[in-house]
Amino acid sequence: MAREVVITGIGLLSSLGEGVAPHVEAMDGARPPVIDTVSFAPYPVHPLGAVEYDRQIPKKSDQRQMEPWQRIGVYAAGLALDSAGIKSDAEAKDRMHVIVAAGGGERDHAVDGQILTGLKTAADPGVFLNERLLSDLRPTLFLAQLSNLLAGNISIVHGVTGPSRTFMGEEQAGVDAIRIAHARIAAGQADMILVGGSYNAERRDMMLLFELGGVMLTGDVVPTFARDAGHGGMVTGSVGAFLVLEAADSARARGATAQARLDSVAADRTRRNPADITRALTAMAGPLTGAPLVVSASSGVAACVAEEKAALAAIAPGATSVAMGDLTGHAVEAAFPAAVALAAALLQAGRGTEAVVTGVGHHRGEGLARLSRA
Amino acid sequence: MSSAHLDASGRPLVAVTGLGMVTSLGRGKADNWSRLTVGQSGIHRITRFPTEGLRTTIAGTVDDLFDRPFAAPELSEKLAMIAAEEAVAQSGLGRPGDFPGPLFMAVPPVELEWVQKQELAASSNADVTYQALLADAARHRHTDYHAMFLFGSVADHIADHFGTKGSPISLSTACSSGATAIQMGVEAIRRGDAEAALCIGTDGSVQAESLIRFSLLSALSTQNDPPTAASKPFSKNRDGFVMGEGGAALVLESYESARRRGAAILGFVLGCGEKGDGFHRTRSSPDGRPAIVAMQQALADAGLEPDQIDYVNAHGTSTPENDKMEAMSCTAVFGERMGRLPISSNKSMVGHTLTAAGAVEAVFSLLTIAHGRIPPTINYREPDPNIPLDVVPNTARDAAVRRVISNSFGFGGQNTCLVFADSPA
Repeated sequence: MAREVVITGIGLLSSLGEGVAPHVEAMDGARPPVIDTVSFAPYPVHPLGAVEYDRQIPKKSDQRQMEPWQRIGVYAAGLALDSAGIKSDAEAKDRMHVIVAAGGGERDHAVDGQILTGLKTAADPGVFLNERLLSDLRPTLFLAQLSNLLAGNISIVHGVTGPSRTFMGEEQAGVDAIRIAHARIAAGQADMILVGGSYNAERRDMMLLFELGGVMLTGDVVPTFARDAGHGGMVTGSVGAFLVLEAADSARARGATAQARLDSVAADRTRRNPADITRALTAMAGPLTGAPLVVSASSGVAACVAEEKAALAAIAPGATSVAMGDLTGHAVEAAFPAAVALAAALLQAGRGTEAVVTGVGHHRGEGLARLSRA
Repeated sequence: MSSAHLDASGRPLVAVTGLGMVTSLGRGKADNWSRLTVGQSGIHRITRFPTEGLRTTIAGTVDDLFDRPFAAPELSEKLAMIAAEEAVAQSGLGRPGDFPGPLFMAVPPVELEWVQKQELAASSNADVTYQALLADAARHRHTDYHAMFLFGSVADHIADHFGTKGSPISLSTACSSGATAIQMGVEAIRRGDAEAALCIGTDGSVQAESLIRFSLLSALSTQNDPPTAASKPFSKNRDGFVMGEGGAALVLESYESARRRGAAILGFVLGCGEKGDGFHRTRSSPDGRPAIVAMQQALADAGLEPDQIDYVNAHGTSTPENDKMEAMSCTAVFGERMGRLPISSNKSMVGHTLTAAGAVEAVFSLLTIAHGRIPPTINYREPDPNIPLDVVPNTARDAAVRRVISNSFGFGGQNTCLVFADSPA
């Protein structure tokens, strides 16, 4: 017997600010997106503003042990715990599960540049590399790079010490994190799971990986669903997005407010032949009644955008839709969790009774979540 | 479903119907098992890259799979492919390219390596910066680098090759990743989401930078000579782990499905336990509570009492801290019986295969049950008086082993324990 799964905590941090309010305002056009076209030109980016990390990560020593992607994630996880009203419940956090969607490997750009420069003239490149890495790498940088150390830092900083898994694999890691969390709660394998991810867009090493594949947008930022083969690609943004998912009976028992119901989460991995994405999204949506809200976690890559538009026209004609990337920038692993967070916030604000969240990875993976008003 | 196919909690029993592995000891479980049980070490001098200036110059690399330079994800993929071919073939499940279940895969984190960055830097005349690399990347002459260094690509290729179903999971729980992949397969079958799952752990990431990163944390043994003697879990003179490479795969299947199709059943995964540790990024809670709770939960999940375990397949990294903590935690769980309960570390021979370790050791645990022989902890010359355990020193031992607990502990406070058995509890 599947248990009902609800969202009792939302933690969002982005260029727009923290909490759900600025994100809903941005969707309403009451708050412009924050886009920096200069710092990483020709790549526009949605940068994180000043964050008072002390408010969620009290110890400076903890902050120093993390790179930005981890600080963003730990901060957003703290917001979600606050929102769920569970932050001070040490006993509940000791049992709480964690699923994080993560990348990793934030490089020391200066050290890399110096080593690459030296390698050009090094008499023995291999020996030179060894010497420089041994002397120039900060020992603790490794711990800021390991993918599972966002989850590790969440357990250290917030005391969430139940089972903890980290999924990798770009956008689809975010889809699968929420899918597996939902499935485990529905099946009674867990009562409460902190799930989400973070992405630091203000790093050239990740821009480099994506530019190698030709999936970065350069020049003018146009709306996600207006991107096409002539002017498409990702505009990334720094985002932390975490949710507390909970069995409805568990939420009721502790008197917590269900902010929205998470009805289903589906994921697929097509071979990306023509029309595959459209078919996958349509199949995952199933029959919809009424006109749902649609929140898309689209990357903005042109071929994916076209197929997603075709799917949405079929499954939710006339629906109110928003591309999360237009508000916060595309957040890769955190994109789908952020989109689910916004959908839940909109439902709680009474903007609709049903929502669909779509995720189409820039290279692989398709996902779809359905939510309804609690 | 008949109750014979359910565990005491009414959940589907999870059988193992396929096993495969490759490590520095060789390719395939037959060769690995015969070498492991004669106490052979796969640790050797590193030849993949220059080791001048490094404090550690040895590892359990797998070196014979490419006749060209390769990137870490390419080797990780190949190791996974070899292990999964063996496991899927043994299971006889599905048809080639059509495996009837999901893929759960422990893969090491990947990133662009120095070779690729040097290639992108070649066009730069001045000091190299990431702006220069980006300018070269924008010429799109190396589009293959993109897919190669996406985190999801190794699992993607494995999913394509074996035709696993649904969205494959690439996961990391650091040094317990391989165990987590198995745990997730168990959970999927127990939920009824799938009748079978392909669970893989793989790691082919011994590179100069990865070795130096562990070296800078003082985690590695520096006793390079002879290489085969460096990994010495539970010994007084242990001084760190030795990096290893390998891949291991398990086909998990609901007992009902395996019985229905008359498959040979190689064992059962009876229980999984997992507990996070919020004490420190690399060190365990001094009281060992998270590791203790993980073992106790695995036993409870299996419906077993501590006395019903016949052997502990240790995490046993050969670091001063892990082995002490693990011995203390095991003693807390198994009581005074721990002095007599055999515990040994496969890592004394294959090194620490990191992301793959939990899966490699799961395969060895199931082979231990099948063969009735406990692999030794080799290099045990100086017993540590603080670890008064039966570590099956230096020589394999014949023993009836029906139930094994296998421990995996990782950086970031990850503790995962699995219970394997010859039959349902």
